[in-house]
Amino acid sequence: MEIKRPSKKRVLRALEKRAPKLVETGRKTLVLQGTKTSEVLNSVLSEIYHLKRDSAVRFSRRNENIRPFESGGETSLEFFSLKTDCSIFVFGSHSKKRPNNLVIGRMYDHHIYDLVEVGVEHFKSLASYKYDKKISPRSGSKPFIVFVGEGFESSEELKHLKEVLLDLLRGEVVENLNLSGIDRAYVCTALSPDRVYLTHCALRLKKSGTIVPRMELVEVGPSMDLVVRRHRLPADSLRKEAMKTALDKPKKKEKNVSQDAVLGKIGKIYIPDQKLGDMNLPNKAKGVKRERREAKMQKEQDRSSSKRHKEDSN
Amino acid sequence: MAAAVQVDLGHLLASDPTYHLPPLPSSREELVEKCLEKGTELVQAIADSLFNLPATEDADGPVVKLPPPTTKLPREKHLPKPKPPTKWETFAKAKGIKKRKTDKVVWDEQTGTWKRRYGYDRVDDDKDVPVIEAKATDEVGEDPFAKRRADKKGRVAKQEKNRLQNLKEAAKMGALPSHVQLAATALPITGTQAQPKKMSKDELGNVAGLASTATASGGKFDKKLPGEKKAKHDHKYRKFLPVAVGSGMGSIEKEQTDRVLNKLISSNSHEILNIDKAISMYNVKKEKKRRNQKVDDSSSPSKKLKPNKKIQKNGPKKGSSDNKKHKSKGPSKKAKSR
Repeated sequence: MEIKRPSKKRVLRALEKRAPKLVETGRKTLVLQGTKTSEVLNSVLSEIYHLKRDSAVRFSRRNENIRPFESGGETSLEFFSLKTDCSIFVFGSHSKKRPNNLVIGRMYDHHIYDLVEVGVEHFKSLASYKYDKKISPRSGSKPFIVFVGEGFESSEELKHLKEVLLDLLRGEVVENLNLSGIDRAYVCTALSPDRVYLTHCALRLKKSGTIVPRMELVEVGPSMDLVVRRHRLPADSLRKEAMKTALDKPKKKEKNVSQDAVLGKIGKIYIPDQKLGDMNLPNKAKGVKRERREAKMQKEQDRSSSKRHKEDSN
Repeated sequence: MAAAVQVDLGHLLASDPTYHLPPLPSSREELVEKCLEKGTELVQAIADSLFNLPATEDADGPVVKLPPPTTKLPREKHLPKPKPPTKWETFAKAKGIKKRKTDKVVWDEQTGTWKRRYGYDRVDDDKDVPVIEAKATDEVGEDPFAKRRADKKGRVAKQEKNRLQNLKEAAKMGALPSHVQLAATALPITGTQAQPKKMSKDELGNVAGLASTATASGGKFDKKLPGEKKAKHDHKYRKFLPVAVGSGMGSIEKEQTDRVLNKLISSNSHEILNIDKAISMYNVKKEKKRRNQKVDDSSSPSKKLKPNKKIQKNGPKKGSSDNKKHKSKGPSKKAKSR
């Protein structure tokens, strides 16, 4: 057996970037379309791609054999995901039964994890909004994400959609954030148990008396109504595996430790029964040794018997 | 409008689950306005907690360290398994050998310059050795230069073997580095695929057993390969009931036959006639009719003595019931005669 490794260092570096990490940064998005698209859908897909410019890949051609909800129709998606290293995809298609259809799906290990099918209505594109160009959000900035409405807690579909939208819209996962770089926000309002109004706004920070500036939202970007049509939740076992984090340690029960109000932390020391008869003393005193004792006893007997003899003789 | 805003600073996320949207505000603009208004409130809430975090001054502006997020999201790839220590690493740990930092360049005495430790123009290269002194232990016809080269080849081969063994061990644990592939497959290295699970000996044995006994006679008469052992269950599955009629198990046979009988009866119940039931039904009907007639007749003045038509089992309808009896008993009699 031979060991195969890439002959170029550049390729090696690229492969190492794709390797699974302990702590993950955000997902790369794949934007693609199906057999038929409408004008609205085309602009939706291109605007979603613009919003996620650096961490997204756009396929411009039609893909005929992709049917995310069918069992055989996801092999192409999984192949693309493997090749482009994208773990979330936005698949647009248009048909009479499902007009302006978007399927947002996530992958785990390049296999389908879950899917949400959403219809786009009342779409307003980037171009239709007029605003002062100075406040337009810069590419790649971390957005504020806001969910308004009780629907996100009560309806199963909206709960799922909330999770998927969060995964789609959040940018890179970072620990340190530069406060001068926050300039965008996504607002999702639950209008009904299956309808959500999503809009992209720029943030204007205005001076207020305190350290915290006053926030002002100005609608800049695309806004659309999303109607949840179908969704597929992940299998329980798959979900359990995907939610594992490196910090989860198997809980080891600390034995023999208890808390007492008076004494504090107490533990019991268990001493086994000491069989004093069987124990071997480490340093036997000379007088204790059995041979000596026996010899002594013999001597005593001999002496007493001999004494008698002597007395007798005498 | 009690705003129970839940803020997840790690994701810069805020949600207000208690907000009731007023049903269908009149126009779209109003709806949008309402949404923005509510959105502004929530964004303000996030900003409140965000700007109050301890900030360090950086070139571009204040930098804040975000707390870890509270909403859990699924991973995109599996958790990487920690690499098992190599043979050398375990040995070094056991012996207490610590790694020492080595320099890239070493002073070369021969030429009086700094040379690389390894690589192109390295310190002690085999080709730079001009003279090798003969030792008493050397054989006569042996070429020491060739011997040196052969030794080096042997060392390199040993190192490669050890490296392969370490990688195999790592692959067994599922922790093979993503850029390496033990060339058993011809697939390109993708860097992200998890190891495919290999079948264990037991699983293979089970499946082989299933396959070999999947014939009508349970695999008894199939030719076996040289050295092939017979499968664990190499005959058909049959169950025999106990001979002795005991309290618990013995009645199983009775239950079986009862079940079969009931099935037959229920499927043919429209043909079978329950004679006793038929007669009693008939008698009841007749009695009722009589009673009604009596009531009618009691009003009439002439009380005729009527013949005592006592209803017995073998009564007036004897003939017909007999016929019916014959009908049902017919086929069974035939069976008996056989």
